[in-house]
Amino acid sequence: MMSASETAVGRSQGEMAPLSAITLNVNDQVRQLQVDPRTSLLDALREHLRLSGTKKGCDHGQCGACTVLINGRRVNSCLTLAVMHENDAIVTIEGLGDPGHLHPMQRAFVERDGFQCGYCTPGQICSAVGMLAEVEAGWPSHVTADVATPGIALTDNEIRERMSGNICRCAAYPNIVAAIRGSAEGGPG
Amino acid sequence: MIGQAVNRVDGPLKATGRATYAYEHWEAGQPLYGFIVGATIGKGRITRIDTEDAERAPGVQLVMTYLTTPEQGPRDESIPFEYWRAQPVLTGPDIHYYGEPVALVVAETLEEARSAADLVEVEYRAGRGRFDFGEFEDVYIPKTVNAGLPTDTAVGDFDAGFAGAEVKVDQQYTTPYEFSLPIEPNACMAEPRGEDLVIYVSCQITDAARDSVASTLRMAPERVHILAPFVGGGFGSKLGIHSETILAAFAARTLRRPVKVAMTRQQVFQLVGMRPTSSQRVRLGAGRDGRLSAIAHDVTMHTNPDIEYAEQTAATTRSLYAAPHRLTSHRLTALDLPRGTDVRAPGEAPGMLTVESAMDELADALRMDPVELRIRNEPTVDPERDVPYSDRHLVDCLREGARRFGWENRPATPASVRDGQWLIGYGMSAAIRGHFQGPTAVRVRLETDGTAVIQTDMTDIGTGTYTILTQVGAEGLGLPLERVRIELGRSDHPTSWGSGGSWGATNSCTAVHRACMTLREKLLDTVRDDARSPLHGLDPANAVFSDGNVGTDGASEALGEIVARNHPEGVEAEGRTLFMGDDPNYSAYSINTYGATFAEVGVDADTAEIRLRRMLGVYSVGRVFNPKTARSQLIGGMIWGVGAALEEEAVVDPRSGAFVNRDFAGYLVPVHADIPDVDVVVLEGYDDKANVLGAKGLGEVGICGSGASVANAVFNATGVRVRDFPVTIEKLLPGLPPMDA
Repeated sequence: MMSASETAVGRSQGEMAPLSAITLNVNDQVRQLQVDPRTSLLDALREHLRLSGTKKGCDHGQCGACTVLINGRRVNSCLTLAVMHENDAIVTIEGLGDPGHLHPMQRAFVERDGFQCGYCTPGQICSAVGMLAEVEAGWPSHVTADVATPGIALTDNEIRERMSGNICRCAAYPNIVAAIRGSAEGGPG
Repeated sequence: MIGQAVNRVDGPLKATGRATYAYEHWEAGQPLYGFIVGATIGKGRITRIDTEDAERAPGVQLVMTYLTTPEQGPRDESIPFEYWRAQPVLTGPDIHYYGEPVALVVAETLEEARSAADLVEVEYRAGRGRFDFGEFEDVYIPKTVNAGLPTDTAVGDFDAGFAGAEVKVDQQYTTPYEFSLPIEPNACMAEPRGEDLVIYVSCQITDAARDSVASTLRMAPERVHILAPFVGGGFGSKLGIHSETILAAFAARTLRRPVKVAMTRQQVFQLVGMRPTSSQRVRLGAGRDGRLSAIAHDVTMHTNPDIEYAEQTAATTRSLYAAPHRLTSHRLTALDLPRGTDVRAPGEAPGMLTVESAMDELADALRMDPVELRIRNEPTVDPERDVPYSDRHLVDCLREGARRFGWENRPATPASVRDGQWLIGYGMSAAIRGHFQGPTAVRVRLETDGTAVIQTDMTDIGTGTYTILTQVGAEGLGLPLERVRIELGRSDHPTSWGSGGSWGATNSCTAVHRACMTLREKLLDTVRDDARSPLHGLDPANAVFSDGNVGTDGASEALGEIVARNHPEGVEAEGRTLFMGDDPNYSAYSINTYGATFAEVGVDADTAEIRLRRMLGVYSVGRVFNPKTARSQLIGGMIWGVGAALEEEAVVDPRSGAFVNRDFAGYLVPVHADIPDVDVVVLEGYDDKANVLGAKGLGEVGICGSGASVANAVFNATGVRVRDFPVTIEKLLPGLPPMDA
């Protein structure tokens, strides 16, 4: 059996993929980077900026672990390319707060034990922050009983419906709903 | 501190994205990226593999195939548990299951690796595979089932007991392939450091990971250092390591650079293993008073032909209800599919789903309250082992649950209650799960500043290990919580049995407690003989450790001062937990956890859409270390039961052996909108036979039976019994009452 070094190493003389120089505004910091145009925003955050708080759970827009806020709206960062976001304000979980200065939603998740393994948690929290802004703006959901009257009541069913793009396999769902409700009502969680 | 609802000590790290998982470590600098190429046939042989284009692609550093992989250690079946054995990969041209790795491509960037992976040309000669469980009737008898449990058991004379029963249930149930699917996909970063390998890997048992990597790569175990400080869920699928770890390790050693490899979500469905599909026959014979005379639970499952896995699906049936005549059996059919493996509550989850459905069928046949039926069959001793139970409170769980849930409002007749378009039903189930104990060591060190450091190779996979070890350490040494620091997930630390089997909390907490008690004795011995201490010469029997001090008879001294004066390097002690086979309590008693779950569902009378409306679980698990984290685990388990009852099912393409629904769009797991209020009550308890702390594991009892409570509620709502899990619209709809005019 031949060793790998005899057969396969050091033959990477093919043409380099052309890199794109881009500037991203992440958590109020301007970051310049050279990325492969195929790089998803998620991989740019995790592998280039080393902001690994944004998680990869499916790379497919199906689990929500990669949710970030772009211009205040929640987005699955695995489904969009980094090069598309030059003039956008991107907020990741690291930008919401740090362990010494928790964002109210982060504090609510800690108080209500809104997670176990913690891997879907940054996505849940970013999604929750974006979701509350959507309710505030009057966007109806599938379970909104009355879409004509301004002002949407933030029922538990509204929270569940609007958060269903964020899967928690530890199934902390009841605690997550409690945390979001607590945070929305301005309590400590 | 033990028993307090303390917030997770690692909570702020996790909630701010600062907890670092396997793929996220930058200590070794910029790693290379590996991408796995999988087989596109389910059975056959590689006839040609051409890596030239891939090797020439931009950024590519290495392409590994079976032709270039260094020699690997073989799986050694004399090692008792699979997870500690070598896990060779890219072993030859033969393909054993769809998606099996055929190459690893390593490049400077992830995009380059993934792109070049498409350039690896593989030609196959497809063989005729056995893929369809329903097609084959040839079975064999495994020597034992999972965890070394007996394959078959028999007590009394089942045939005679069943034949003579006044009321009988004899039904066939099927359960599907299910996957653990933690949200963190399996991932590894391997870093060569001299002759050593540092392996950051998402795993549940670092000791097993070390042995497995070392034996596969033919390295000395002490040269392999596993690091798993945070693990993004496991649920059994990370008890052992998988191909991404072995491939990353080989590539890192070959290239002398750090290499990281993560599975795609689709690869997780192909490369990690799954809960076997099963066909289960359950026979219950009872008198008209509901007392069981005969119980039989016969299970047939799939197994991979090369790596046998026999889920212990009928094992809990051996301890649950009294009956003089009993049978259990497990049979296997070999299929060319990925190996079966432990998925949360292996055995209990699919086994109790069917047996507790059958009990509901029996209650229906008897026109008896299902709660009452279970109470009537409460055993006084473990009916198959003939030993007493240590601390059995199943009936308390049933009664308390029925009272809290309002069980008396259950529709007495199926399909008799409507709320608008919804048919309303109540269902319940009992739960039992064995409690296990495994060899575990921890080290507790007291520093000169009066803080304690607890070190073990134990992991926290979301279970709360960091938090409860902090609590037990703080109580053991009389320290405030913030003065206890926990170091987990390092294979160089004292060895535990890791996280799995619901044993992690009690194994590691018991060991921490023992280490703390030893440390107390050391400190008391020190001060008793130390003329400089205010405690010199005093009676240690009266000593009280609290708030960082030790005091007795009115005198007191800070722990840090004692350590600084007498042990300038710090003072430490090890604590151990025995293997259950060496602990006489585990042979003298049947030690289990218990529960009862209650569910209310609504079924749309026109479309058969099933909505869970509310759910309650009442559990008896001995003493609880932390009610907050315990509740979270129990809720999580109950929701897994909901998934098993209504949603989860991986489907095999019988032509190729591929799982066709290998992502979160096709394989449904519970999401927010599926889960209403879920309430959990844990009864006060202390099991003095389990361990010195009186605690038992609770990571899996929540899933036991909970699915049956939902399925039974669907029956109560509709009068339709679906025995082919999961219960889905297309199975339910044909049996629904006619639509309203």
